[in-house]
Amino acid sequence: MSLDKSDVEKIAHLARMALDESHIEAYVVDLGNILNLVEQLEAADTDAIEPMFHPLHMAQRLRGDEVSEADCREANQQVAPKVENGLYLVPKVIE
Amino acid sequence: MQWETVIGLEIHTQLATRSKIFSGASTAYGADANTQACIIDLGFPGVLPVLNETAVDMALKFGIAVDAEIASRSVFARKNYFYPDLPKGYQISQFELPIVGKGSIGIDLEDGSQKVIGITRAHLEEDAGKSLHEDFHGMSGIDLNRTGTPLLEIVSEPDMRSIKEAVAYARKIHQLVVYLGICDGNMQEGSFRVDANISIRPLGQEAFGTRTELKNINSFRFMERALNYELERQIDLLEGGGEVVQETRLYDADRDETRSMRSKEEANDYRYFPDPDLLPVEISEERLQRARQAMPELPDQKRRRFEADYSLSPADALTMTQSRALADYFEQVVASGADAKMTANWVTVELAGALNKAGLDLSQSPVSPEQLGGLLQRIADNTISGKLAKQVFEAIWNGEGDADSVIEAKGLKQITDSGEIEKIIDEVIAANPKQVEQFRAGKDKLLGFFVGQVMKQTQGKANPGQVNKILVAKLKG
Repeated sequence: MSLDKSDVEKIAHLARMALDESHIEAYVVDLGNILNLVEQLEAADTDAIEPMFHPLHMAQRLRGDEVSEADCREANQQVAPKVENGLYLVPKVIE
Repeated sequence: MQWETVIGLEIHTQLATRSKIFSGASTAYGADANTQACIIDLGFPGVLPVLNETAVDMALKFGIAVDAEIASRSVFARKNYFYPDLPKGYQISQFELPIVGKGSIGIDLEDGSQKVIGITRAHLEEDAGKSLHEDFHGMSGIDLNRTGTPLLEIVSEPDMRSIKEAVAYARKIHQLVVYLGICDGNMQEGSFRVDANISIRPLGQEAFGTRTELKNINSFRFMERALNYELERQIDLLEGGGEVVQETRLYDADRDETRSMRSKEEANDYRYFPDPDLLPVEISEERLQRARQAMPELPDQKRRRFEADYSLSPADALTMTQSRALADYFEQVVASGADAKMTANWVTVELAGALNKAGLDLSQSPVSPEQLGGLLQRIADNTISGKLAKQVFEAIWNGEGDADSVIEAKGLKQITDSGEIEKIIDEVIAANPKQVEQFRAGKDKLLGFFVGQVMKQTQGKANPGQVNKILVAKLKG
């Protein structure tokens, strides 16, 4: 499978990454190589193999339904660029 | 052209856990902004989610109730998108292996029959925060208290063929999750949110038409209106030679219209992949067994039992089992010695009417089940007439005591002594010779006049059955 420039631009947009125009060609090649590697893997016969969703052969540990976190708003908001009335302020988003 | 409507629903139910699905922050509604958003909810570097077992058990209960396949092994995945109320840049959800697989539920149609609606799946995921678009100096305010609240997203098959069916299905799921105690069902607070996929096709055509997805439906009434608007819009488009565009549309209740929410170039591309922070969830036979044992009686089972045990009509049984609270109230009234049919009538008409008028919930009813039971017994044993009973009900409602003390205090006891009734009837007949003559000449309608006179003399306390019988005998005699 090969990528073209518009694929790379789309992927970058979905990841909200700003790409330097001059680097795009290199990404087309590098990402394409990764896909080629995956293509090689796909050639292996995996019909009888159960897909693995996690490298560890363990099950998820569950926790009891208890409120254990105290209010740390003040500490948490120290790293926020802008807050007001307890809200985090962000550039206007409206759909 | 005749069109057929095709509707499928995605319902997000907030699970009634105390803490979040992956953190120990509280889920209580209405707290100060961001006081219930901990570093796990905020997606700080280095934090790890740990799954809440009660959320899992609640999902199991739902799966059992809709007779679904329960996945012994299910997997959490990341759904990637950027929005300020989703601090991690992904929502932890389930994609390939949801905890609840294929199931079904019966909905009640207007003609009394049931239709089975397929449930495709129900999966666990975390809720996002809230964006407030009021003006904060040209910025948006973000409250992340809701972030990480457990959701069970219930996805139906596109099995509904009318708006009525879609509303009936949504109501049925609402009733079920509230019965199960896994969701408080509060639509205003967003605990139960409905997204609807709707399309139309020429009647008889197999292939589905292009669908639109309606979001922002926060009441059953709006759901019906939003779907009606969208249905008309699609028909107008197609009949006008246009095309329906697959898109998400928002319902605006103030304007009663839907409008496009996302443009095409931003078509969803969530790039799901298994979340490496969470291991697969394994449901042991033992856990499933425990969930089975914890199942309450479900609405349909309760309804059949009410029909069988209390000889209620199907309609009454349906009404009395609308909610668990109502069914419990009904059973307590009957347990106190009242007749079941009469109880159903009084609960539906007098009690529901009074509650409605006062804007109260059943749980706030000033009339206890025992008090209503006591009143109904006094009607059944002829102590008071049905008409006066309404007066007694009002007095109980106003806190004047139970039925017996109200009847005593107001002197409302019914006159059933036929000697006494006869005496009054004799007086009434003697006082109205002209009417007696007319009645005897064939003017049967005048019987009502005589009954009225007797009731007036007794302040409504004479037993109506006896009055009628004696009057007819005397007038004809």
